[in-house]
Amino acid sequence: MSVDKDTVRRIAKLSRLALADDRCAPMAAELDGIFKWVEQLNEVNVEGVTPMTSVVEQRLKMRDDVVTDGNVAPALMSNAPGGEDNFFVVPKVVE
Amino acid sequence: MSLPTSLTDFTLADARDAVHAKKISSKELTQAFVKAVADAKPLNAFVTETPDKALEMAAASDARIAAGTARPLEGLPLAIKDLFCTKGVKTTAGSHILGNFIPPYESTVSQNLWDAGAVMLGKTNMDEFAMGSSNETSYYGPVFNPWRARNSNQNLVPGGSSGGSAAAVAGNLCLAATGTDTGGSIRQPAAVTGTVGIKPTYGRCSRWGIVAFASSLDQAGPMTRTVRDSAILLKHMASVDPKDSTSVDVPVPDYEADLEKGVKGLRVGIPKEYRIDGMPPEVEQLWQKGIDWLKAQGAEIIDVSLPHTKYALPAYYIVAPAEASSNLARYDGVRYGHRANGAKDITDLYEKSRAEGFGKEVQRRIMIGTYVLSSGYYDAYYARAQKIRTLILRDFTEVYKKVDVLLTPATPGPAFGIGEKTADPVSMYLNDVFTVTVNLAGLPGIAVPAGLTENGLPLGLQFIGKAFDEATLFRAARAIETASGFNAKPTQWWRAA
Repeated sequence: MSVDKDTVRRIAKLSRLALADDRCAPMAAELDGIFKWVEQLNEVNVEGVTPMTSVVEQRLKMRDDVVTDGNVAPALMSNAPGGEDNFFVVPKVVE
Repeated sequence: MSLPTSLTDFTLADARDAVHAKKISSKELTQAFVKAVADAKPLNAFVTETPDKALEMAAASDARIAAGTARPLEGLPLAIKDLFCTKGVKTTAGSHILGNFIPPYESTVSQNLWDAGAVMLGKTNMDEFAMGSSNETSYYGPVFNPWRARNSNQNLVPGGSSGGSAAAVAGNLCLAATGTDTGGSIRQPAAVTGTVGIKPTYGRCSRWGIVAFASSLDQAGPMTRTVRDSAILLKHMASVDPKDSTSVDVPVPDYEADLEKGVKGLRVGIPKEYRIDGMPPEVEQLWQKGIDWLKAQGAEIIDVSLPHTKYALPAYYIVAPAEASSNLARYDGVRYGHRANGAKDITDLYEKSRAEGFGKEVQRRIMIGTYVLSSGYYDAYYARAQKIRTLILRDFTEVYKKVDVLLTPATPGPAFGIGEKTADPVSMYLNDVFTVTVNLAGLPGIAVPAGLTENGLPLGLQFIGKAFDEATLFRAARAIETASGFNAKPTQWWRAA
């Protein structure tokens, strides 16, 4: 299967990446090359193999269900590119 | 102990002993490294230098030494990869999108180092979001390897992604540095700069406060000039951390104590699948030399097979981008990071900010990750890759019934020229062919310098160990270090510039 320009546009949309029209063809070629190389994985018989979910055998740790942090609004806002009165500011989303 | 003629020639261990014995002050030591960093601008090893902070920390260390309350790493100047969040100090991850990011918190690993008394010289350059094997994807420009081939002025890559850290260690710009390793990003640059680097077992070091790339693969580790120095530094980086649920509650041993125990009786596996097509004879010869050195010191050499090795790299290029596409979804131009101007709506804001903020390689990997996770492709790619990961780990588990460690080459060749491999992503990815298996299986691996090519460029060997058996890796690497007598240093050509 090969990656075409329309697929690249769809994936760019899902990735929330603005992709210039003249980048679509080169990106399609690059991805196609990578996916062709990855295709060798189809040689492997994975019948009945459990997918790995954790490299280290351990149960996910639980902690007490209590608040451990908070009241740090100024720290949270300190890097916001648009912020006013401890609110993040974005373009209008409701008509 | 004989003191070196220049303070920047110190190993971490010797500097520690000299500072604790009050033979030198942290201030003298720190001033020497601050100057070395300032003189090494042509290497571009640092994104941010923090000389004032370093001298402040050194003064505090000297006060502690005078008061008799010195901590294990008191007053020792280190460089920190720019992937570790440092409170109040810009942390870019090598990306434009984090170009102005000043973390209001400190990563657990760096905090552990400061708590042990270490001094910060600055933040080292790296491939953008740790995605690269040559440090050429950094928004802040490539790093130059301190090493050049004999009779050549060509600039070479320092490997990646921890290229700035590797160059800083190799060029004597710091006593040691931190790195991170997702597919080889500590071991590969260590190998091509003649330095030591270890990727510990997954879970050994906390990932909290380290900018995430691929969360099931990322691990922090030390990069140093000697094996002993790595043993010292890892001891102080590692910890179980309530803020990282994958950090493991296994006691951190005193790696340094067992360092000289030798390899007599150690069962060393030689995996035949690491003998790949097109491997340069020099790499092959060095590997054989390593085998001979270990044999001479009483190790038992056993030929073994890891049949799924060749599938590790392609499986990695599904798993790592998939996790990266999820992790990097947080960069949206809203809460922190770069924000594009003139967006007409919220989606436009996301798309433009991300397109302007991320470089080419990062965008490519986000695209790969999004594709393999997208509806209809998940089973064919991601689920299959995770199954292959299980098979790769199973290979290791089987082999570890017969051997204690594995010896392999660290890289398929020495450092290459700037721009030589940027055109073809797959040829660049192949740099990690010997290192990536370890990440997929969560195991520890160490790269140790073992010799020079005919052209005078360093090459390394790699040991792969059992989970949480870093102590044996240090011991084995120390045996190679002793046998090879590797003590070559690059000429400091950048100082003349």
